[in-house]
Amino acid sequence: MGAYIAKRLLAAIPVLFGLTIIVFLIMAMIPGDPATAILGSYATPENVAKLNRDLGLDKSLPEQYVIWLGNLFQGDLGRSYSLNRPVLDEVLERFSATLILAGTALVLCSVFGLLAGIVSAVRQYGWADKIITLLVLMGISTPSFFLGLLLILVFAVKLRLFPASGMYAIYGGGDLPDLIHHLTLPALTLSVVATGVVARLTRTAMLEVLRQDYIRTARAKGLPEREVIYKHAFKSALVSVVPVIGIQAGFVIGGAVYIETVFQWPGIGSMLVKAIATRDLLLVQGGVLVVAAAYVLFNLLADVVQTLIDPRLR
Amino acid sequence: MTNTAISGKGRQAGKSARPGTFSLLLNNTLATAGLIILIAVCLLALAAPVLPLLNPDVTAPANRLLPVFSTGHLLGTDHLGRDLLSRLIWGTRVSLAVGVSATIIAAVFGSMLGLVAGYAGGRTDTVIMRGIDMVMAFPYILLALAIVAVLGPGLLNALYAIALVNIPFFARNIRGITLGLSRREFVDAARLSGKSPAQILFVEILPNVLPVIVITMSTTVGWMILETAGLSFLGLGAQPPQADLGSMLGEGRKILFTAPHVSIVPGVMIFVLVMAINLLGDGVRDILDPRLRAGSLTRPVARTVVLRNPADVPAPSGDENILDVRRLRTEFQIGGTVYHAVGGVDLALRQGECLGIVGESGSGKSLTAMSIMGLVPTPPGRIAGGAAYLEGEDLFAASDRRIRDLRGGSVAYVFQDPLSTLHPLFTVGNQLEEAIRTHQPLSRARTREKAIELLSLVRIPNPKERLTTYPHELSGGMRQRVCIAMALANDARVLIADEPTTALDVTVQSQILTLMNGLRRERNAAILFITHDFGVVSAICDRIAVMYAGRIVETGKTDDILASPQHPYTAKLIECVPVLGEPERRLDAIDGRPPVVNNLPEGCAFADRCPQAQSLCRTGEIELVAAGADRGVRCLFPMNREPSA
Repeated sequence: MGAYIAKRLLAAIPVLFGLTIIVFLIMAMIPGDPATAILGSYATPENVAKLNRDLGLDKSLPEQYVIWLGNLFQGDLGRSYSLNRPVLDEVLERFSATLILAGTALVLCSVFGLLAGIVSAVRQYGWADKIITLLVLMGISTPSFFLGLLLILVFAVKLRLFPASGMYAIYGGGDLPDLIHHLTLPALTLSVVATGVVARLTRTAMLEVLRQDYIRTARAKGLPEREVIYKHAFKSALVSVVPVIGIQAGFVIGGAVYIETVFQWPGIGSMLVKAIATRDLLLVQGGVLVVAAAYVLFNLLADVVQTLIDPRLR
Repeated sequence: MTNTAISGKGRQAGKSARPGTFSLLLNNTLATAGLIILIAVCLLALAAPVLPLLNPDVTAPANRLLPVFSTGHLLGTDHLGRDLLSRLIWGTRVSLAVGVSATIIAAVFGSMLGLVAGYAGGRTDTVIMRGIDMVMAFPYILLALAIVAVLGPGLLNALYAIALVNIPFFARNIRGITLGLSRREFVDAARLSGKSPAQILFVEILPNVLPVIVITMSTTVGWMILETAGLSFLGLGAQPPQADLGSMLGEGRKILFTAPHVSIVPGVMIFVLVMAINLLGDGVRDILDPRLRAGSLTRPVARTVVLRNPADVPAPSGDENILDVRRLRTEFQIGGTVYHAVGGVDLALRQGECLGIVGESGSGKSLTAMSIMGLVPTPPGRIAGGAAYLEGEDLFAASDRRIRDLRGGSVAYVFQDPLSTLHPLFTVGNQLEEAIRTHQPLSRARTREKAIELLSLVRIPNPKERLTTYPHELSGGMRQRVCIAMALANDARVLIADEPTTALDVTVQSQILTLMNGLRRERNAAILFITHDFGVVSAICDRIAVMYAGRIVETGKTDDILASPQHPYTAKLIECVPVLGEPERRLDAIDGRPPVVNNLPEGCAFADRCPQAQSLCRTGEIELVAAGADRGVRCLFPMNREPSA
């Protein structure tokens, strides 16, 4: 088991390198000359050449990449010109807020998705199944940013149950209950689509598993139906659902871009949107890189969990 | 459960119990609704220039933020006094155009990559797919953001970004199918006829891949509309004065508290549009998915449904029988067709006796065995008549709770393929201890001890160590021993073994048979042994019942039947057994196939394959006629009758 995890970790390294290459290339493909952009169109050719030299832009692309990667390893992602602070500091600070939001949404989608999927499968073609199926369909068809606005209208403006924006109250906040109070609406909104996807998949997986021979064996043993479903069938279904939850991590972190904008959550998503608007490309680069790396690690985690459940994969 | 001869599509006959019928109808209704909404929205968007709409971009500060249903402004106006209805329809037009264009771009480029990678294979494939994997390692929306960051905000750039991040999805799907197709004969033929790779790809392969491309497009277009709307919502897509649904929502958000209708109107439109597309897509997928159509993805309930006439329950045949099956009828209903898989079977099993049920696949022998403890999957199966008595207790009338106690307690099963019948994710020990725990309230340590005892009873070496192994780590023979140990966990009085040795090789087979025979004598348990192999029967069974097309055609003592089979079918089955030392002996497969049990012929079901069949064989009901002690045969012209047994 330990050897397997080590192997998976090693296999993730080339993927992470691939990410750095893609991120580097995307930024290198930006049209126009950065030096001219920084100095303005009246800059003398000498000044442009000098700045290019200072920025390392006179070197070949592979050389630039190696230098960039070297800096990356030292924790140097450059300096954000719009915020005038190191990109890494800003990104890490923002990322912790995103992690709280996305992590909560991921837990919510796993719990509700699995539960809804099981109920749907066990009550196949019954009313519960039909209602869940319809809700799931509505959930995955609703734009999350629109749902967020609706929830704000209903729960923040009309009912005044939850705050409409932010992570902590400005006065007297900052503790855990305050965080949960602020987290509820955005986390719920963010989890809706993923919950739908997980519920759909769980339903199908459960239906497939319930037809297996070993389920008949469990029944032939005289096991109560409760154990047949929640122990024997669920464990097998989980094997195919866990990787999907890993993939949902990507959609949840990505979807956080909308939700953080709607709820003004101080995470990496709202940072990225602002950075793109101000064309603070180093900040975009750093943000994309950190989130993509986190996604790779989430999938790795899902792989490991799957292996823990299924001994055949070891 | 699959060995019932079920084939062909039946006529629609009366009320159908298939779960699909009602639900498929519901699905289809929803899909139809989706289609109608989608067409209506598309028509509205296409007709925007000719509709009597106000100019969507003309501002009128005096009329700003009019509510819904204002005169002249059906949906009100926005913060600049622009007519929302007009903006909505023009915005929908833009959103639809962008979403569909992005889908087409992604489909074209993704499919090209997939076709080339799948057809070329080798290094080209590896390089392309590695690249695709890299792109897919990014969270989807994030990559689109990064691309927009590079290209700069704008509707067209948003379109490119969304199309680009969807390319891998198409490439993967199409590659898989192309890979399969490129090994097919018609592609080989085209290659040999000298066609160029490009010709083969576009003329031979593309037409076969096209339906998959279309289906993939229909499942992604909803997403693409959502995502482009999302980018516009963030202000990275459509730039004013141009507006799509997303940017309308983004603008409305700023005045959410004062004029919520400005954001709700475009938001609802996106929802309606995407929901319609998803409804349609789901409906189409459900209809195209053959598993759903056959009703095979239905969940079997815990116990077979019993639908017998309570006034017509046969009485037990005698007191000395531990298991007594009387006129058992088990049916399957698939669509409107009813398959009479078991058509009135009588079986009796005495203490310590081993009764073999023999027959080809589809004869109903397994279903007979499964019916006894209600293990036939419902739907589509059901017990339609007869009774099964366990020591005088009517099993079909017993409560669920009682059946659970008897299952594994008094009646234990051993199934055919030990790899699929043991749970792959639990250890041998866990499954064995569970079998014990379900019926005996023992302490943990005692349960474990008992599990070890059981494993040594079935001659598994190192039983203690074996407890922690998983089924896939054992050999086939060892796995079947585990299954037998599990069946013996609670001193069952009846053991039902459904082809327990079929999946095993010959040496292991004889070991398992010796083991079962020994255990039967030791424990005085009765065994119902189901097999298609007369060789196996002679090794273990005291008596035999031969089944054909859901009925018993011959029954008697093993030696009698082997020595002088009276039913031609029995004789044919015996001829199929290879005999050691007689390599010259011809192994006759029986010509023809067993009849489909939804439409059995009149008279003898075997008549069509029987060398002795006469016209009389094809009329009327042929009874099982007693022919001496414990002997019966369902044949008008039995063989080997001279000695009169």
